[in-house]
Amino acid sequence: MKKRSLVSIDDLSTDEIIKILDMAKKFEKEPTQNLLNGKVVSTLFFEPSTRTRLSFESAVSRLGGKIIGFTDASSSSVTKGETLNDTIRTVNSYCDIIVMRHPIEGSARYASEVADVPVINAGDGANQHPTQTLLDLYSIRKTQGTLDNLSVAMVGDLKYGRTVHSLMMAMARWNTTFHFISPEELGMPPEYKLYLDNLDLTYYEHTDLNEVSGKADIIYMTRVQKERFSDPMEYEKVKNAYVLRRSMLGSCRENMRILHPLPRVNEIHYDVDSDPRAYYFEQALNGVYTRQGILCFLLGASN
Amino acid sequence: MKKGKQLSVSAIRNGTVIDHIPSGNLFKVILILGLDRIDNQITFGTNLESDRLGSKAIIKIADRFFEEEDINRIALVAPEAKLNIIRDYDVVEKHVVTVPKSIKAIAKCFNPKCITNHENVLTRFSVTNSSPVALKCHYCEKITDEEHLTII
Ligand SMILES: [Zn+2]
Repeated sequence: MKKRSLVSIDDLSTDEIIKILDMAKKFEKEPTQNLLNGKVVSTLFFEPSTRTRLSFESAVSRLGGKIIGFTDASSSSVTKGETLNDTIRTVNSYCDIIVMRHPIEGSARYASEVADVPVINAGDGANQHPTQTLLDLYSIRKTQGTLDNLSVAMVGDLKYGRTVHSLMMAMARWNTTFHFISPEELGMPPEYKLYLDNLDLTYYEHTDLNEVSGKADIIYMTRVQKERFSDPMEYEKVKNAYVLRRSMLGSCRENMRILHPLPRVNEIHYDVDSDPRAYYFEQALNGVYTRQGILCFLLGASN
Repeated sequence: MKKGKQLSVSAIRNGTVIDHIPSGNLFKVILILGLDRIDNQITFGTNLESDRLGSKAIIKIADRFFEEEDINRIALVAPEAKLNIIRDYDVVEKHVVTVPKSIKAIAKCFNPKCITNHENVLTRFSVTNSSPVALKCHYCEKITDEEHLTII
């Protein structure tokens, strides 16, 4: 079998995405399957990301695989002054697949070229985080029954948020209508809007969260961070404008679900948690099934 | 004025003339083609008047002929460059440069957080736009535009 890595969501065809989502669905029904018995998975976390790491480790454990690796480069002797090239070449011979998170952009693509085994990108700086995108797609498909012709509202920091950029590019494959809601300073960058223009997809830009509530099948919330503003006063002005509260859900569709990549700070008020449309904790759990699907897809195991 | 231009760079008997280089990018072209490292006789003129470019540069390299692949590398910094192949003082062939679809190891990724700026990795780009130049990094996927373009 030819080695396949997952560095960017664009590495997958639409059929392959659906195949992974279908595998994830089977894992949701039957999470414990011994498909990776005898396989060794390296989890190389050059920067800490507890959630992503635990999600992967849970996925590997449920598949009967073994995990080796490190959780933080500062505590690992293997990376003291060593190049990524050397670390990957060394680890490569110990395992069947590498899961890597690294603060440097493009590090995952490079690692996938150096390694003989498949590499899964668990986040390379501000660049890509394809397993997050796949679990978002899984959550959308599961809650809406389809990925076709949906209306997706993305809220918060749309300028720097890699999660929303990847999800937007991926959802563009299924004729999605987008609503972008953000402070003006943190709007969707022109190159992404151009991408949608070229595909003839419809999108709307808003600054008021209330305007879109009734129009969306999915509301995807992200954090608006103070550091992103050139003028701190601007942040003070908008900081409460992009907080979702239960009182705003009155006009929302029944099928609408609220997603968030977590961790949240204050952008979703706690009073939303008990609404049946709050979906972010289930979304996180879906990450385990999706990562089971990804691991098996890349290792050629089928459930 | 035409006459003046003719006189500013003397003719060569055999070799290659590269014309219509933007004046500001003359030295980048020299670097990309490695002209600073060869022994051939080279003459160049710069800040010459040009209707199209405003100000242009021209390079004449004696007894040297380039592969198309090599010459296309200069398209990044001189997309309108024209090449004349000279034999016995006559122009025997004319070429225009074409911007290649992908380029390797010529340009630097402008993103300071890119792996190519942290480890010994050859840069690779796909050309997403030819004029003005826009290069998408194979690794960090960021776009380096003409303004931020640095030749290695
Ligand atoms: Zn780069």
